[in-house]
Amino acid sequence: MSFDFLSDKDRIFTNVYGFQPWNLKSAEARGDWDNTKDLIAWGQDKIIDEMKASGLRGRGGAGFPTGMKWSFMPKESKDGRPSFLVINADESEPGSCKDREILRHDPHKLIEGALIAGFAMRARAAYIYVRGEYIREAQVLQAAVDEAYEAGLIGKNAAKSGYDFDVFVHRGAGAYICGEETAMIESLEGKKGQPRLKPPFPAGAGLYGCPTTVNNVESIAVVPTILRRGASWFASFGRENNKGTKLFQISGHVDKPCVVEEAMSIPFRDLIEKHCGGIRGGWDNLLAVIPGGSSVPLVPAAQIMDAPMDFDGLKEVGSGLGTAAVIVMDKSTDIVQAISRLSYFYKHESCGQCTPCREGTGWMWRVMERMRTGDADISEIDTLYEVTKQVEGHTICALGDAAAWPIQGLIKHFRPEMERRIVEKQGNPPMMEAAE
Amino acid sequence: MADAAHIPDEAETRARWGGFAFTAENLAKAQTYIARYPEGRQRSAVMPLLDLAQRQVGADTQTQGWLPVPVIEYVAAMLDMPFIRAYEVASFYTMYNLAPVGRFHVQVCGTTPCLLRGSDNVMAACANKGLVKGKTTPDGLFTLTEVECMGNCANAPMVQINDDNFEDLDYDSTTRILEALAAGESPKPGTQIPGRHTSEPEGGPTTLKAMVDANHDYRGEW
Repeated sequence: MSFDFLSDKDRIFTNVYGFQPWNLKSAEARGDWDNTKDLIAWGQDKIIDEMKASGLRGRGGAGFPTGMKWSFMPKESKDGRPSFLVINADESEPGSCKDREILRHDPHKLIEGALIAGFAMRARAAYIYVRGEYIREAQVLQAAVDEAYEAGLIGKNAAKSGYDFDVFVHRGAGAYICGEETAMIESLEGKKGQPRLKPPFPAGAGLYGCPTTVNNVESIAVVPTILRRGASWFASFGRENNKGTKLFQISGHVDKPCVVEEAMSIPFRDLIEKHCGGIRGGWDNLLAVIPGGSSVPLVPAAQIMDAPMDFDGLKEVGSGLGTAAVIVMDKSTDIVQAISRLSYFYKHESCGQCTPCREGTGWMWRVMERMRTGDADISEIDTLYEVTKQVEGHTICALGDAAAWPIQGLIKHFRPEMERRIVEKQGNPPMMEAAE
Repeated sequence: MADAAHIPDEAETRARWGGFAFTAENLAKAQTYIARYPEGRQRSAVMPLLDLAQRQVGADTQTQGWLPVPVIEYVAAMLDMPFIRAYEVASFYTMYNLAPVGRFHVQVCGTTPCLLRGSDNVMAACANKGLVKGKTTPDGLFTLTEVECMGNCANAPMVQINDDNFEDLDYDSTTRILEALAAGESPKPGTQIPGRHTSEPEGGPTTLKAMVDANHDYRGEW
């Protein structure tokens, strides 16, 4: 193993496992809220420049450069509209379980980050949208927010910086689609979470029609540490264009599933060997991996084994880093069932706004179930593929794409397996005889 | 929709819940929720208020609560929004129950990461205890629902029962938890693997070992 593993001193989330208390006193002892006032005194432009220089790309899946996103916010309000920061803690992508650890074990990193980020984009308040099922997590976060208010770290003259900034916790109620930024804004306004058409983009007209930036929990929570240690420190990890440290979440058929912070671009093999005790049954038993949460296509064993775990490395193998939720499947997996279950997930979570997605997700799931049992016709594999192409790109938000990609990945890499079970169930189709 | 949950008759519901109002304590909570949003944007509080109302109904009925139409009307009136807008929200989000549930709402995650780690065994344990998907047991104790990814994937498979998550389950531990709940006990939430703390690798963390016993400050090593 040649990879330079991240050392403990360079980990941002030192309390990720919650061995120590989350409260303000303990968080301060670990280095949070240490002279936040001085960081704010840098001024907006310097903070944004430093974030740009750090190379941080959004940790919610799309990987858009965070500093650049902030710079889209208006520098002054010409019509009196305030700006808002919305923090996306609606972590619902199958495989993802990193924001939960931040919310319940290191909430003060998030709150401090919210203040600094909110200041940098000239927002008057942050709304942290926590998924409804994170009940205990939201309770911890709310208690941490209360502590921070009491200590004067947020609210009027936050952390004695002279800047007024509020942080509010808003709990969702079980809708995956609210993780899409415009659906989240709709939901915050007290409506059904159905995505809006863009443009206008949230930076122009978002929450209550005001300029809004939506950032992932991890993207915000790493901000104070990046500023304290400098952009060059953060940029010293990972390959070009894929900088920094990242919380990886490994689930499925590894010996020891876990959440772990590592340097970006860590080879898949090293990540699994070092932190997860290897693949269940050994490396020869690896079948495929979904490397970035359910929305990205799966990658067969041979291609993923030595791939660097970052945005570009996984794009090269036809997939993506997403939220770095690594779902590992060994050879005991019924791969068609695994993907069919994801199809059911998307059918369940489609908001029903766009016809291709509302109808398509249900159709795709029903066909996938027949593929699973072998009751489909071989020619339907092509039909299924065509339908995924009809759904992909024809909807307001990316849920349609996310429902299509796992199936496309399955057909691309496991078509023989799909055909095998159809033939096994129905017997060999009669050989077509050539005309004599 | 043959297996859809049974929503009680409207006249019956209205007779029982027509006079619904928040308790003094919940009213104070509702006001703090409303205060989180700008003036004139009180509609934003519809989600926390529906949740609060559902919990109050739950407390009144010794269950996990649900949202009868008169209760939704009450919340809508409080926020000065049309009933249908509040009903839309209540029916869009899965955590609002539009029909009564039992004292324990057993929500088994069945999405792929849990499926790969054996959520079928969790389901089997529930079935063996007489729980049926989408139904409440005749004694009114358990309602079983299969839910989508709950975000505990490194501790799969898992079940959320009321406000607590039970993680790293297998057939036996699921059975134990259900039996303990039925007996009126409070089983320990979180991971069910002895010695595992949260989401670190089983057998002890591979990183940040200094944090296990002390609140280590790494800044001295920067």
